[in-house]
This record gives sequence, structure tokens and C-alpha cells, in this order.
Amino acid sequence: MVGYAVTRPWTTGLQVDLVVPERVRVELDAEPGAVVAVIGPNGAGKSSFVRALAGLVPAGGTALLDGVDLLTLSARDREVGLVFQGQLLFPHLSALDNVAFGPRSRGRSRRDADLQAQELLDLFGIGHLSHRRPRELSGGQAQRVAIARALATEPRLLLHDEPFAGLDVTVAMALRIELAQHLASFGGVTILVTHEAIDALTLADQVLVLDEGRVAQRGTPQHVAAQPATDHVARLVGVNLIREPDQSDGDRFTTFLPRDVTVSLRRPEGSARLQWQGTVASAQQHGDAVRLLINSEPPLLADVTPQAASELGLSPGREVWLSVKATAVSRYGTVAVDR
Amino acid sequence: MRRVARRADPLGRPPLLLLAPAVLAVFLLAFPLVALLAAVDWRALPGQLNSAPLRSALWLSLTTSTAAMLACLVLGLPVAWLLARVDFRGRTLVRVLVTVPMVLPPVVAGVALRTAFGRTGLLGAPLLAATGFAFPFTAWGVVLAHVFVSMPFVVLAIEGALRSADPEFDAAAASLGASRWTTFRRVTIPLALPGIVAGMVLGWARSLGEFGATITFNGNYPGRTQTMPTLIYVTRQSDQDAALALSFVMLVVSVSVLLLLRDRWLGTP
Repeated sequence: MVGYAVTRPWTTGLQVDLVVPERVRVELDAEPGAVVAVIGPNGAGKSSFVRALAGLVPAGGTALLDGVDLLTLSARDREVGLVFQGQLLFPHLSALDNVAFGPRSRGRSRRDADLQAQELLDLFGIGHLSHRRPRELSGGQAQRVAIARALATEPRLLLHDEPFAGLDVTVAMALRIELAQHLASFGGVTILVTHEAIDALTLADQVLVLDEGRVAQRGTPQHVAAQPATDHVARLVGVNLIREPDQSDGDRFTTFLPRDVTVSLRRPEGSARLQWQGTVASAQQHGDAVRLLINSEPPLLADVTPQAASELGLSPGREVWLSVKATAVSRYGTVAVDR
Repeated sequence: MRRVARRADPLGRPPLLLLAPAVLAVFLLAFPLVALLAAVDWRALPGQLNSAPLRSALWLSLTTSTAAMLACLVLGLPVAWLLARVDFRGRTLVRVLVTVPMVLPPVVAGVALRTAFGRTGLLGAPLLAATGFAFPFTAWGVVLAHVFVSMPFVVLAIEGALRSADPEFDAAAASLGASRWTTFRRVTIPLALPGIVAGMVLGWARSLGEFGATITFNGNYPGRTQTMPTLIYVTRQSDQDAALALSFVMLVVSVSVLLLLRDRWLGTP
């Protein structure tokens, strides 16, 4: 990647404060070289956000990329590369022509553009497939072409919309490692929309959690995973999250691991606060344990041993009591923002 | 041993209520053509076809239909693109205006063309005064009538084709820095090409068979404005057999062009 993106001096990175009406409002500050993961449930506004940065949906506010407000430029004049969900490679063009499309559209000669495209495809290890049409490529190969195509225009901001969606698990894993290497040498800002916790944890140095069209939490991946502030992230990282409003206008959060939850058929004695009643909604093998989803208020996850599951008859519909030791929970206040 | 039957449809037999009308429809469409072929006097055919009026009418029909098709492409493709891709005020109105000639009786189209482009027409009179040229009773007039009648089919067919080409590809092209024109040329058109060709074939066929508007606007002058349909019409009044032969020629021409383009452009039907 060296030679493509790090050729120009970087000064200020990306400062965003934009609104897509009735969709999403995002404030974001990212340094050159930063990789920001954007996570959140469907409809949270993730795609609207990256499409607004790419200029494909109208937005208000500002998005300063190296000091220039992207929102004042048309899509084609932004130095932004977008890797679309589902790749969206041009089906009638070869892999090479797909990658060369950007440079050619920006006025490079055909020869130059082809050379550059071939170089990029080589870099991604698919140089020998350059003559193939997208339908003749596997999912992983097509995704590599899509990334190469976005990089070919030498963007300063690289947007990935669900880069691993729809890919085979092993392919996604290999591609994740590859992408991490490429991103490490990419001098611009990268924004990665994802619904996989692992993407945020392995690829990003900053996480932006969107919920219902606003930023619900931001921080390092470790911080967000350890102290989630939304049900969505709690589910992604597999912890229970209880949210209670506190005296001021913030929230108090309590998290604990499913394996620290004790399941019993009768009301447990002792601590009154950390116990819940509910019915088993589902029971699934999870590693060595059986993971139960309990319809309690709020819904909780509990891991039990297979023996316990069968002894207690923990099948869907069963009434149970849940409890957790005070020493096993972690409590924290409203969305601590650390950067 | 019994031959293995074709695998039964797992969803059950097609219902008779659908099957019977479908068979009748195919019969209705195919039978007249079979009857036409059966009525042709094959021995007399070479003699009947060796006539100057036929050659000039066929030539005029083919050239004017092709010219009209190209005009429909050059003028109609941009309209179709606007309708399919640009959200502008009055889009519905434009679509209505484009569609009306399709439902208009061709004779009315001919009369309307007269009042607009005739020698004394609204635009025709000033045109005649300025250049000495008038559309009616010329091959250009034939082309004009063809374009008027065929364009709606071409525009609607191409608009459908453009709509089915995912606009997300346009977005991808724009994000890669392509201008709208580059996107149109390198992405939209190639993706919609089969549909565009189909629209052109449709327009060409419509022009080839055009009768009412053409004869109303241009009359019926052998060698100048007499196309195959008008020739067939006038011949039939005096010589049924010759009209049959001419009709046979039209059938062969239409079907062979359709087949040729189908194989080359449209893949499997």
C-alpha cells in the first residue's frame, strides 16, 4: 500500500459533525492512519453515515477531511474510497477494468490506469485473475478486487460498508488478517462499518457505537467491549447488560458474564437485588456450556453445564430464577468517553 | 419397457382454466400465419416477387425503418435515461406525453403530423418558407411518421431496461470519480444493453409495419413514399395472390431479423 496513500503530507485527519436528516447524526474525530469501526444494530444509521461521507446521500453539517469540507464537494470530487456492501463490482468489466475504472475516470491514461490496477491486484495476491469477470471470482477474491478498486483512486478516506458480510467464515478470517496488514500501512483515515465484534476488536483503534441514529458510545475497542452501553454491543461481545437511569440525566450500567449467572428452579436466598425471574426462551450449545436465553426483565443470558441443563429440565418454557453474585458484576456510569 | 416420462411438476398439473386460454391464444396468433403460408402459390411466387414496385417498396421500408430506429435511439435513449434516473419536476407529464402516441390511432397520428409538419402546418409552413423543404410525400416524411409511432415503444422499453440496471452501480461509479456522462457510457449502457437492443428491435418492427400514420401523412407514391404495408394494401384491392406473396415477403423479413438479433444479442429467448 505504501506509495498509494502515504504520498501526501497529512495534517489534520477527519473531523465530522454531520446529520443525515431523519437518519443519523454523527460527531467523529479521527487522526491520520486511524481505523474507526462503526457498529450498531440494523437501522442505526451506519450505512447512511458512510454513504453521506461518500456523497451518495445528502447530509448537513461538516465533514472536514484534511481541512476540506467534503460536504461541499460532489461525490466524484471527494478523495474518498467506498467499498460497497456486496462489493458492487461492475459485472461487465474484468477485475482489471474494475480497478482501473477509478483512475481512468479521473483522467489517467488507459496504460497508466491498467498498470496501476495490475499492481494493486498483485498486491492483493490476485494478479493472475485480472482478466476474470466478477461472476468468475469467489467471494473472497471479489472482495479483494473491491478493496483494490477503492484504493486505486488513492483516497484519503477509505470507507468499508460491511466488508465481510456474506463471506464464508474462513474466508472472512483470512481476509480480516490481510485487511489489517493493508490498513496498517494506509496513511488515510479508515471507517469500517461492521456488525461483527471481532472486526472492531482486531482491526480498529477506535469504535463508534450507533444506536437509533446517534452516537451511543465511543472509545477504544477494549473499552467498549468491557463497558458496553448498548444492548447491541453487549450481545455482540456476549455479556449481560442492565441499564438503569441514575439521579442525573445519565444511565448506570451493570454487566456480568453469562457464566457467572446461577440458574435455579426456586427463588434463591440472600441478596435481593441481583435476581430475576423468567422463562427459558432458548437453549443452545455454546462451547462446553449450554447458553440459555431467559425471558426475564431485562432478557438475560446464562451459561450452565450440560448436566445442569438436563437435571433442571431447562428447555424452552421452563420457569427459572436467575441470580448473580455482587462480586461478579461490574458497574459503571454513563458512557465514559476515552480516546 | 415404458419410456421414462418427463418429470411431473412437483407443484401439480397446470390448471385447465389457465391451460385452455393459453392454448387458444397461441392458436389465435399462429393460425393466421400458417394459413398465409398455406395459401401462398409457391410456383407463381418467383414471378410475383420479380417486380419493380416490390423492390422499391421493400427497400424504402427497410431503410426508413432502420433510419427511424436510429433516430428513436438517439432521441429516445436520453428521454428514457431522464425518466429512469433523474428526479425532475414534470417527470410524470413527460412520461404521459411520451406514452400518448402509443395509444393514439395511427390515422390520428398522421393527421396530427399534418397539422404540425404539413406544407401548411404550424412548423411545416415556416420550414417550407425558409428552406423549401417539406416532410410530407418524401422518404423523410415516412421516417418522421415512423419515429412518431415507434418512439414510445422504444422509450418505454429502454426505460424499463435502465430501471432494471441497479442504480447502485451508478453510485459506485460516481464514488470512483466518474462523471455522469462517463457513468452513462461505461456503466449504465453496457448493463442495460440487452434491453436497449430489445427496445430497438421493437421500434424497428413497429416502423416496418407502420401503415396508418405513414399513408395519412405521406400518401402512397410508388418509389417515394410507398412502403411495403401500403403496397400490400393497394395490391390487395386488385390482385389477392400478389398481395399474399408480398405479405409472405414481409413475414420472412420480420421473422428473420428478429431471429438474427435474438441470437446475437438477446441470448436464449
